[in-house]
Amino acid sequence: MKATSLHLRFAVLLAVLGLTALGGCASSDLVRVQPWERATLADPLMRPDRDALATAMTEHVYFSRESASGGRGVGGSGCGCN
Amino acid sequence: MSLRIKFWGFLFLLFTSRTCVRADVRVGDAFPALSVLGQAGAELPAMAGKVMLIDFWASWCAPCKESFRVFAQMHSDYRARGLVIVAVSVDEKQGAFDSFVKKLGPPFIVVRDKDQQLVRQVSVPAMPTCYLLGRDGRVRFVHQGFYGAETDRLVREQIDALLAENYSDS
Repeated sequence: MKATSLHLRFAVLLAVLGLTALGGCASSDLVRVQPWERATLADPLMRPDRDALATAMTEHVYFSRESASGGRGVGGSGCGCN
Repeated sequence: MSLRIKFWGFLFLLFTSRTCVRADVRVGDAFPALSVLGQAGAELPAMAGKVMLIDFWASWCAPCKESFRVFAQMHSDYRARGLVIVAVSVDEKQGAFDSFVKKLGPPFIVVRDKDQQLVRQVSVPAMPTCYLLGRDGRVRFVHQGFYGAETDRLVREQIDALLAENYSDS
């Protein structure tokens, strides 16, 4: 067997191994939470807005602290007075 | 076998093996045997020669709760004509399963896939998903999700069609 042929085969083998390994990065199976595994995600505790009062308070603090940005969804001067 | 054939065969297997792991159950496929559920909490029916509706659900899935009401009515309407409804829970916690079943009191067969073996084998795409099987045990229709009256109407049409089919065991 010629040396060039061996080199070619070695290069192809490396390429296939590389593609196989990189293919794993593209596979959704690695990171995807399966539909039957979503009990924790479906828990009401996972909702950030589950408590209306706490949400209103957080929004107000955020609005006050952010000052000039105008808060979240509310027009204002950024003085933190309202 | 020459070294060259072995080499290219090895590369082919290496490259294709990754894509052969998942085996989703699709329309036309034979549905896996329910015996993988083992002692699932209820006596499992024989599948051969029956039109079956197999529903995958979970206690944490809101549309599943709504679907139970509809399936209960279907069970009452079609049981005499030979429809068997099996609702397979994917709940990991026995307590959640028990309290859901106790609350809704479904009249059809309800089992728990405690090791999530069947659901993995079927590779259910969403919660809930129901599979309608013909008398030959093959999947004929798949309903991903539950859309109230629309799903109810479609499933009933399909059940009627499946029950009307002639079936011979030979």
